[in-house]
Amino acid sequence: MTTLPVEPLPAPAPAPDAASPTPHAPQAGWRILRGVNAGDRLYRAALTALALALPLLLLALLAELVASAWPALTRFGGRFLWTSVWDPVAGVFGAAPMIFGTLASSLLALVIAVPLALGVAIYLTEFAPKWLRQPVAFLVELLAAIPSVVYGLWGIFVLIPFLRTYVVPPLRAVVGWTPFFDGVFYGNSLLAGAMILAIMIVPYIAAVSREVLVAVPSSQREAAVGMGATRWEAVWTAVVPYGRAGLIGAVILGLGRALGETMAVTMVIGNRHDIGLSVLQPAYTMAAALANEFSEATTDLYLSALFEVGLILFVITVVVNACARLLIWRVARGTAVGSRAL
Amino acid sequence: MTARRLRRRVVSTLMTGLVGVLSFLAVLALVLILGNLIAKGASSLDWSFFTRNPVPAGEAGGGVANAIVGTVIVVGLAALIGLPVGIGTGLYLAEYGSGRLGWIVRFVADVLNGTPSIVVGIFAWTWLVKPMGHFSAFAGSVALAVLMIPMLARTTEEMVRLVPHSLREAALALGYPRWRTSLRVVARTALAGIVTGSLVGIARIAGETAPLLFTALGNLNFSTSVTQPMQTLSLQIYTYATGPFAEWHRLAWAAALVLMGLVLLLSLAARWAVRSRHGAPPAPPAPPAR
Amino acid sequence: MAPPPPPPPPPLADARLRLETVRLTALYGRRAVVKDVSILFPGHTVTALIGPSGCGKTTFLRCLNRMHELSEGGWTTGRVLLDGEDIYEPGVDPVRLRRRIGMVFQRPTPFPTMSVYDNVAAGLRVNGGRSRGDLDAAVERALQQAALWDEVRDRLRHSALGLSGGQQQRLCIARALAPEPEVLLLDEPTASLDPSGTQRIEELCHELKTRYTIVIVTHNLQQAARVSDYTAFFYLGELIEVGHTEAVFTKPAKEQTEAYITGRFG
Repeated sequence: MTTLPVEPLPAPAPAPDAASPTPHAPQAGWRILRGVNAGDRLYRAALTALALALPLLLLALLAELVASAWPALTRFGGRFLWTSVWDPVAGVFGAAPMIFGTLASSLLALVIAVPLALGVAIYLTEFAPKWLRQPVAFLVELLAAIPSVVYGLWGIFVLIPFLRTYVVPPLRAVVGWTPFFDGVFYGNSLLAGAMILAIMIVPYIAAVSREVLVAVPSSQREAAVGMGATRWEAVWTAVVPYGRAGLIGAVILGLGRALGETMAVTMVIGNRHDIGLSVLQPAYTMAAALANEFSEATTDLYLSALFEVGLILFVITVVVNACARLLIWRVARGTAVGSRAL
Repeated sequence: MTARRLRRRVVSTLMTGLVGVLSFLAVLALVLILGNLIAKGASSLDWSFFTRNPVPAGEAGGGVANAIVGTVIVVGLAALIGLPVGIGTGLYLAEYGSGRLGWIVRFVADVLNGTPSIVVGIFAWTWLVKPMGHFSAFAGSVALAVLMIPMLARTTEEMVRLVPHSLREAALALGYPRWRTSLRVVARTALAGIVTGSLVGIARIAGETAPLLFTALGNLNFSTSVTQPMQTLSLQIYTYATGPFAEWHRLAWAAALVLMGLVLLLSLAARWAVRSRHGAPPAPPAPPAR
Repeated sequence: MAPPPPPPPPPLADARLRLETVRLTALYGRRAVVKDVSILFPGHTVTALIGPSGCGKTTFLRCLNRMHELSEGGWTTGRVLLDGEDIYEPGVDPVRLRRRIGMVFQRPTPFPTMSVYDNVAAGLRVNGGRSRGDLDAAVERALQQAALWDEVRDRLRHSALGLSGGQQQRLCIARALAPEPEVLLLDEPTASLDPSGTQRIEELCHELKTRYTIVIVTHNLQQAARVSDYTAFFYLGELIEVGHTEAVFTKPAKEQTEAYITGRFG
């Protein structure tokens, strides 16, 4: 259905003052509609080229890890994962202690860090008075800014003596009969490693948890309060379960961070190829092994074994982080929540 | 009030108190660490500390001049490489990133963000140190840049996405071509946030040690050559802290204080960059270093 | 010191410039939101597009300066003739087109990092090649046309965000006018303004139509009656009726038009 105005065109509006002096002429050629826009194509090409750097980098990384680890992969196969003998001289390598140590220290760190981090997150989003929120959040953020090597330094000279004097003796008195706390405590130990890791990952878990909790719609909270819940109950039974997937994601993200931590861990964990149940004993992690032994690797096989360790570490952290992201995404729908936290 | 009701109130108060205590403990850890840093390191900060190079092992005195200069060079070079690639990738993701390549790049950025920095270090060793035949500051810078790029790409994308779509439309309706809209209007509006993200990224890599262990390696002498091994504050702290000499330990604390000061300065600059802008979108806080 | 005389207005090559659409259809994917619309917009007039929400009038407006195709899945068929030239012909650069057809949006969108001066000059700078003196003159002229000059002449270098909502919208109008387009498209320009701001912009429309051809989308029927020479009523993507404003409002030819105007649906 089309219609056009049926009345004749109106007389043109009175022309502007014709007596004015030579007017300002618009740009010559401005009435031409045709043209080509090279600028847009160039821009897009340039940005695309830059963006391609990342996928290429990842491919290169993977290729290099696999290629360098190949001799060890083919030589040891699955045994690499569950044997404990690490003998560079004889050319026998088994990474089980490192894998065990990595997992044990990280999981233990989680056990310590999660209550602290969730506590901070819940406190900051639900309970803290408004004036306190920014300063406390900033301070927790600052924890994340401390370099790993500084944590290690603090761990060696402050944390370990503290543990040796004030924590371990009472612990041993109470639970020293269990296999988890037996043996002599020399300082560098799985416990020290786990505690340092715990402090290091608290800010990450807290930051992401906060974002998750903030993303929970306030209608959840209000509904619970409307039904007569106390403040704590409203949080614990309405808000937290709603964001549960995201919170678990935050925790797993923290796990991912802990798995890859190198410097602080290698400075306090003892660096011993040994699997033991006691947290008071020295232990080893994959990242620490790489840090310590990479420059000492004298034979090609030794180097290759270390690359395999790097490959395993890489794969584990990628998988863990992917799971974390999936969970967080479910609550915070596709935003970049948590991407800054890493 | 019924007993049940009372009990619930008590539980609520207790749990509120508990989370408060937990937060306090977390903050306490920070206070302790910073406090120790200052207590043990401040007394060693004198002029010679900043201007002298390390002296032979076991001797007293010496400083971290080479490490400070080294940190500036290695981090500066890494920023030179990482900033254009990271910001450019972020712009790509915000402008053209809705297609398949955009999805891939985003996924890769997230994967690389979670990669342990030591793995990046051995990667740089294979691709740069081994072919070149020797350790170099350049290899260290590349390793740090690889760490910085994915982080920067994601924060830049996020900051650019915060710019309202209506601004973009207003520019386009004026006859701005797309590239000019993207750069002179959108990116310019998001500039404060991009600067913040960059500073946060630089603060993070300034504290890194692991990727430098097999690339820049460290150097006892003063050096400004990027094709030779170079010392950084982080490497220096590691060597001194794990060494046998008490003198070294003392210097390690002082160096850690300096490094922490540098990181703090960059973090504060990042926050300031956002605060002083009138009308720019607010930047979210971003925990940096490892 | 007496203020300098206002710069003279530019001459118009053709006082009876025609903008017309011929069977214009706008779609998102497979869904047509503007169906087969043919309208003539005579030069130096104000035409109001009215209709209930979702009737396609804004989409139609955005087709006139090829903004519709920037939306996800947006495309058009039909022709839009600016001075006889079809703007949708292959080879036509939309960027250049948008310098001849300006647009002002519902919400004021000054560029936040630029000063008042830079905002107005933005459309000029993108064409390039102007001297400083030219820019100054053009900025002043545009601000005068937008009835904003007196209010901002002392704060040209200050941030545009310091202005009130009504001032910001007039700034956006000045920004759109500075490159001297031939047509001005206004998409509910007073929707977010208070009554006094609204009034000023309506007065502007009267003044501006001596120089420009104006098409204004509005939800406000009284505004359409006050401001326009012609009115076009859209409903469900179709053009139901178009004609002299007075006729459309007092003696509408179609029943639907009458129903909408008398408020029986909206």
